[in-house]
Amino acid sequence: MGKRPAKYSAAALIKHGLTRGDWPRMWRRPEMRDSYDVVIIGAGLHGLATAYYLAENHGITNIAVVDKGYVGGGGSGRNTAIVRSNYLTPEGVAFYDRSLSLYKTMANDLNLNVMFSERGHLTLAHTDSALRTMHWRAEVNKLQGIDSSVIDPQEVKKQAPSLDVSDNTRYPILGALHHPPGGIVRHDAVVWGYARGADHHGVHIIQETEVLDITVEGGSGPGGKGAGGKVTGVKTSRGDISAPVVVNCTAGWASLISNMAGVPLPITTHPLQAAVTEPCKVFLPTVVVSGSLHVYVSQTDRGELVFGASVDPVGTYRVNGTLEFTEELAGHVLELMPGISKMRLLRQWSGLCDMTPDYSPVMGFTPVEGYLVDVGWGTYGFKAGPVAGETLAETIATGRTADLISPFGIERFTHGDLVGEKGAAAVGH
Amino acid sequence: MIVVPCPNCGPRNSGDLRNCGENIPRPDPSTASLVEWREYLYMRENPAGWVSETWYCRGGCRRYFTVQRNTMTNEIRGQEAS
Repeated sequence: MGKRPAKYSAAALIKHGLTRGDWPRMWRRPEMRDSYDVVIIGAGLHGLATAYYLAENHGITNIAVVDKGYVGGGGSGRNTAIVRSNYLTPEGVAFYDRSLSLYKTMANDLNLNVMFSERGHLTLAHTDSALRTMHWRAEVNKLQGIDSSVIDPQEVKKQAPSLDVSDNTRYPILGALHHPPGGIVRHDAVVWGYARGADHHGVHIIQETEVLDITVEGGSGPGGKGAGGKVTGVKTSRGDISAPVVVNCTAGWASLISNMAGVPLPITTHPLQAAVTEPCKVFLPTVVVSGSLHVYVSQTDRGELVFGASVDPVGTYRVNGTLEFTEELAGHVLELMPGISKMRLLRQWSGLCDMTPDYSPVMGFTPVEGYLVDVGWGTYGFKAGPVAGETLAETIATGRTADLISPFGIERFTHGDLVGEKGAAAVGH
Repeated sequence: MIVVPCPNCGPRNSGDLRNCGENIPRPDPSTASLVEWREYLYMRENPAGWVSETWYCRGGCRRYFTVQRNTMTNEIRGQEAS
């Protein structure tokens, strides 16, 4: 068995086509064992990346990744696939920049084409205060060596000719934060790549298996759970697993899973809606974000325009689309790009976002020994997936919180040491 | 669309109101420790099911009231002024 799973190539296609059959599965469907070194809850991008880096970087392969649904069926398959590193806080910038560099080499590392397209990222400013925040972000970014600068409306027009940069709009474009390393990635391929890579190292991906409870001994809360306790395993819909380490890599259901271990989280769950148009000839070369208009848009390689918005204002686990969203989105998009008024929406969908008070994630150890979290990924979980997996794997393998994620620990909410990213993460992606 | 029954204004679209989140007992600011206070500020039950929460009728009577809402279905019952 090679170090990496086999590449998909024309030669392989012809070979498997001629031999009629034996098309290798990307990952197996293993029988669940009753004990593992590490159990990861959630077979999405974060869970699978953590399993992959535990195996690849640290040689820990006796891992189960358990999911009540299927691989990549949650936020990993519902996001708008944008990556960037032009955040507001120095902690955020360093963290997301590492993720971006992992994305750049991912196709080679995982031997799977993830269609990373480094096409530039524009965050539009429509007000003086927004322009001020753009300058702030640009300076924080430059200090850390990130390619990021503020450009004027004429330059915006050059970058994205379809945008209306005139003064005749309700919210004229005053400038933009230009971030050339930003781009989009084929999000499903990223999940499949990590799943295939982890499986290749012997990790068990166990789908359609719901975690019903996390077993904890010796804690100060009811049932021996909570602070001071120690994890002994999980109860699932297919039986119990004993494991000294349990990692919560869920999104949308993070609070419910964490309550099973007696660790409350500072999270409220909100749906975020997105939509995609029918395909047309490629005309939008960059990713365009407008915080004031609550919209971001990019054009896929198939020619569809993908739109995202801000999270719905009312916290709920219900993920049905609303007409209010479609109307507001269409109005705002046409404000930016009047030329697409005849385009039709193909579909809309929504996913669950776990919002934290400071728009930064909650990662690492918790007051329960052996129970780690990788939650609170709000609207920025996709772009952070690779670095979250890498740093969490390091944290599990070494027993020491990785430097890049030390600002994101759960204890910051008791110490009052929050990492305020709202200025760069509230709408802009 | 979530329809919220305001005790004064009747059924309103949730866009006319502000959701103030789940009701959490407020510790006494004069005796609460910083840790207790921050727990009150940040930690949430975030249940999947019935939750007691506060709404603010910002587009109408501008009063606060409490309802029970099911976060899985957005069904609402039992409003009372708070």
